Amino acid sequence: MARSISYREAINEALAQEMERDPRVVVFGEDNVGGTGAPGDMDAWGGVLGVTKGLYGKFPGRVLDTPISESAFIGAAIGAATGGLRPVAELMFIDFMGVCFDQIFNQAAKFRYMFGGKAVTPVVIRTMWGAGLRAAAQHSQSLLSVFTHIPGLKVAAPSNPYDAKGLLIASIRDDDPVIFAEHKMLYDTTGEVPQESYTIPFGEANIVREGPPNRTDVTIVAIGRMVGIAVEAATELAAAGIEAEVIDPRTTSPLDLDTILESVENTGRLVVVDESNPRCSMASDIGASVAQEAFGALRAPIQLVTGPHTPVPFADSLEDLFIPDAQKVIGAVKTAVDWSR
Amino acid sequence: MTGTLPSQVTQALGPDALLQAYRTMRTIREFEERVHEEFASGDIPGFVHLYAGEEASAAGVCSHLDDRDAIASTHRGHGHCIAKGVDPIAMMAEIYGRVTGSCKGKGGSMHIADLSKGMLGANGIVGGGPPLICGRALASKQLGTGGVAVAFFGDGASNQGTTLESLNLATVWNLPAIFVAENNGYAEATSSTWSVATDDIADRAAAFGMPGVIVDGFDFFAVHEAAGEAVARAREGGGPTLIEVKFTRYFGHFEGDQQLYRGDEVANARENLDCLKRFRARVTEAEQLTAEQLDAVDTEIAALVERSVVEAKAAPKPGPGDLLTDVYVSY
Repeated sequence: MARSISYREAINEALAQEMERDPRVVVFGEDNVGGTGAPGDMDAWGGVLGVTKGLYGKFPGRVLDTPISESAFIGAAIGAATGGLRPVAELMFIDFMGVCFDQIFNQAAKFRYMFGGKAVTPVVIRTMWGAGLRAAAQHSQSLLSVFTHIPGLKVAAPSNPYDAKGLLIASIRDDDPVIFAEHKMLYDTTGEVPQESYTIPFGEANIVREGPPNRTDVTIVAIGRMVGIAVEAATELAAAGIEAEVIDPRTTSPLDLDTILESVENTGRLVVVDESNPRCSMASDIGASVAQEAFGALRAPIQLVTGPHTPVPFADSLEDLFIPDAQKVIGAVKTAVDWSR
Repeated sequence: MTGTLPSQVTQALGPDALLQAYRTMRTIREFEERVHEEFASGDIPGFVHLYAGEEASAAGVCSHLDDRDAIASTHRGHGHCIAKGVDPIAMMAEIYGRVTGSCKGKGGSMHIADLSKGMLGANGIVGGGPPLICGRALASKQLGTGGVAVAFFGDGASNQGTTLESLNLATVWNLPAIFVAENNGYAEATSSTWSVATDDIADRAAAFGMPGVIVDGFDFFAVHEAAGEAVARAREGGGPTLIEVKFTRYFGHFEGDQQLYRGDEVANARENLDCLKRFRARVTEAEQLTAEQLDAVDTEIAALVERSVVEAKAAPKPGPGDLLTDVYVSY
């Protein structure tokens, strides 16, 4: 029975249902309980944005606070995953990868390969990404491409509550290390989410807005919060007579390139919307792959709509310029549609 | 806590346990001396870091461990692997990059692992192991297995943030973890007397609210006793311990190291401090084992290591089909 709940609630529900189903699932991170050792209430926070709120009461002993020691507790999640637990650790902001990345990319990601296929590391690292909260340069980045680059890691970036729940449950049940990237501007967005447990497989893109058969002008691939921006742009473009198909890859590793290629074969044009810095981004990666695999189908140069090659600025006037908006997407689509040799 | 020990410690170890301890240390020594020789001949690819001289640490600690327990190791990991029960034949094949190796030739010397033995891997990253060991200890605690987890790390890693964070977390979470700081005097070519700000690494235990002890790393019995206390405390829910084991390594940082930074400590250690010599003298003088029993182990191990090299050299390398497998569980 579908109800409308928030992205935050969808993630919380996924965690609760998996903890209920599997006693090996444990949850920890900075203030994931909130209040441990303090004179006041336990479960005071439930994570910095309240995503794990209430889990402590339901599963005492399986939701833990940690010191602010990302290397130690992210590494501990990885070690515990090799020892029979299925930990879900919270790396509060994706930007904090800088203080624990060795454990993620040299340890977790490589165990299986460098140990000859004999390691299983079912760890999920939940982390908050993206700009828009006026959180400035060290709390606003979109570093998905860094994780996507690393063989051995899987990366999910849900754009709506339904996907958040299904992808998180799939992540927890997955035997490989997963980076589960939650966009901070989506926590309060709502959508229909079934009460019952369900999974969304990795590597299956979602065609969020299907273009009309045989007369769709452009394929727009968008990630995370940009999916909503792309749909907004597509709606406005339709009113102007330009039809767009919008694809949300949902996971960047593995990436469902087939769905993107199939769409581009029909439309002949590709716009990728990714709020990250442009160099070596998901946008440049998807753009390069499509250029390589579907060159003959392209009728216009691939357009990449990204943030600029700068840190994320603090002042709202600048941050709003940094983040792609519907008008930038519309501009890129028009450039592609109007392009002629 | 160096040198002499209460006689009950040695008495507590029966002849079988003593013989096993000797076999472990002899296997490590024979293995490492042979890798040293073979590396010089040019047949072994990549980097190797040898554990010779440090055998009493791995053997003394791991003699307390069983299948419930896990260890994490370092780039100098062959000794820990052998002491935790990894097959030396497969290890040698791994070092040669052969498909019959512990990791199908995909890991090499710095990544030998056998998770079925609780050996979480040698580790190419200095300080890589301690956080993982916090996790293994957490898993033992949550699952109620009674297992403990041991992080072996060097004096170099004692200065890494990962190690210091892990010491703190282990106390905060009251984990059944043991941190074994193997201070062999050098982090690569830099002296630990310079790079470690405290007099002893064990001094740092106080800062993290756990017991810290220093042991003579050339003395199996000293290590065995200290580790026994730490393991017992961890199993009983008493939390972590930091053990600093002091000794020197017999070879360079890696094979090929000219060791121009060193004094003459190796010759002295080999002559006067060597863990195998001291073990032999002690157990024969106490009439716990005979020289013949120990000689028989020497012969047996020499044959084992010889076989490991012959088999490794004869084994095939991984093929092209192996390049793209084992990245994920699905492929």
